[in-house]
Amino acid sequence: MSETRYTYPAMALHWLMAVLLIGLFGLGLYMSDLPLSPDKLKLYSWHKWAGVSAFLLVLLRLAWRVGHPPPALPAVMPRWQKLAAHGVHHLAYLLMVAIPLSGWLMSSAKGFQTVYFGVVPLPDLLSKDKPLGELLESVHGFLNYGLAALVVAHVAAALKHQLLDRDDLLARMLPLRRNR
Amino acid sequence: MKPLRLTLAAILLASGSAQAVEFKQFLAEQSTLQFVSRQMGVPVDGHFRKFAATLAFDPTRPAAATAKLELDLASVDAGSLDADGEVVGKPWFNVKAYPTATFVSSAIRPLGGDQYELTGKLTIKGKTQQVSAPFTFRQAGGNGVFDGTFVLKRLDFALGDGIWSDLSTVANDVQIRFHIVAAAAAGGK
Repeated sequence: MSETRYTYPAMALHWLMAVLLIGLFGLGLYMSDLPLSPDKLKLYSWHKWAGVSAFLLVLLRLAWRVGHPPPALPAVMPRWQKLAAHGVHHLAYLLMVAIPLSGWLMSSAKGFQTVYFGVVPLPDLLSKDKPLGELLESVHGFLNYGLAALVVAHVAAALKHQLLDRDDLLARMLPLRRNR
Repeated sequence: MKPLRLTLAAILLASGSAQAVEFKQFLAEQSTLQFVSRQMGVPVDGHFRKFAATLAFDPTRPAAATAKLELDLASVDAGSLDADGEVVGKPWFNVKAYPTATFVSSAIRPLGGDQYELTGKLTIKGKTQQVSAPFTFRQAGGNGVFDGTFVLKRLDFALGDGIWSDLSTVANDVQIRFHIVAAAAAGGK
């Protein structure tokens, strides 16, 4: 019998990133409208540090996934649902890589270097260029709304499987449940 | 031996006085005044767009040199629009009450080679402090070029009152970098 659940490290990475990304999204929305203050500078730094962490985690997650492919979707699932599920997952991975990169590039273009935890300076990939910085800020926001939409679809699909289809698909990602 | 030395001395003196050029005419277009603040440990570049220097510097007589600088604080580029708006306000420069910062030299001391030390009084926001800055002098294309740097403690000038006085977000040390270009005044003395 083939494995029907994700591996524990894959589960850990999934839930850790879920919390981190939702927090990052909320913090990003909140902080960008604040008037300039020491607190704003702190929040921006924390957002950047958490964003770099998310970037490192998604790379780790991709590397893990290459060695540990996810369990196959149930054979009874309609083809379109499988395609949609794969499409959403691939796009989400793409955005999870692209979003922190866009944030990093935007910081460089705005002239604010990213220094991880205030200790490890990341190289500036772009030199200071205000219009480019503003463009990248829009890109960063746009990509985030894209990922947020995917997350909504992802959660809605999971709930649909759990509550309507009652196929217990969610157990694949829950560490505390027994294998069926 | 003695006549030779005298001759050498005479040649040096002659060539020295032949080269004696005083750099007096400030070239605003080629001069820059930059600063680096540290926000959450991250260096952030800024500069001033409008400033004027009045100077007289003869490399053969540095001790007689003088320099004065007037800086339009509202011409600040603090790194972002947000910061530009903030830094002219009351907690920082308070440009309404104190539009100009000034520096007036009191001594210029040669340190050997092309190195010098500039000392003088810096006034920002009604507060005056003595500052010293090492600088280098070189001649390029007939102009005199002065490059120097020093560290200003922002709280010495009450820059960043109230919530901003917390030094863990914006550090007290602000590095100032000046690059002053001046043309030679006509003829050596």
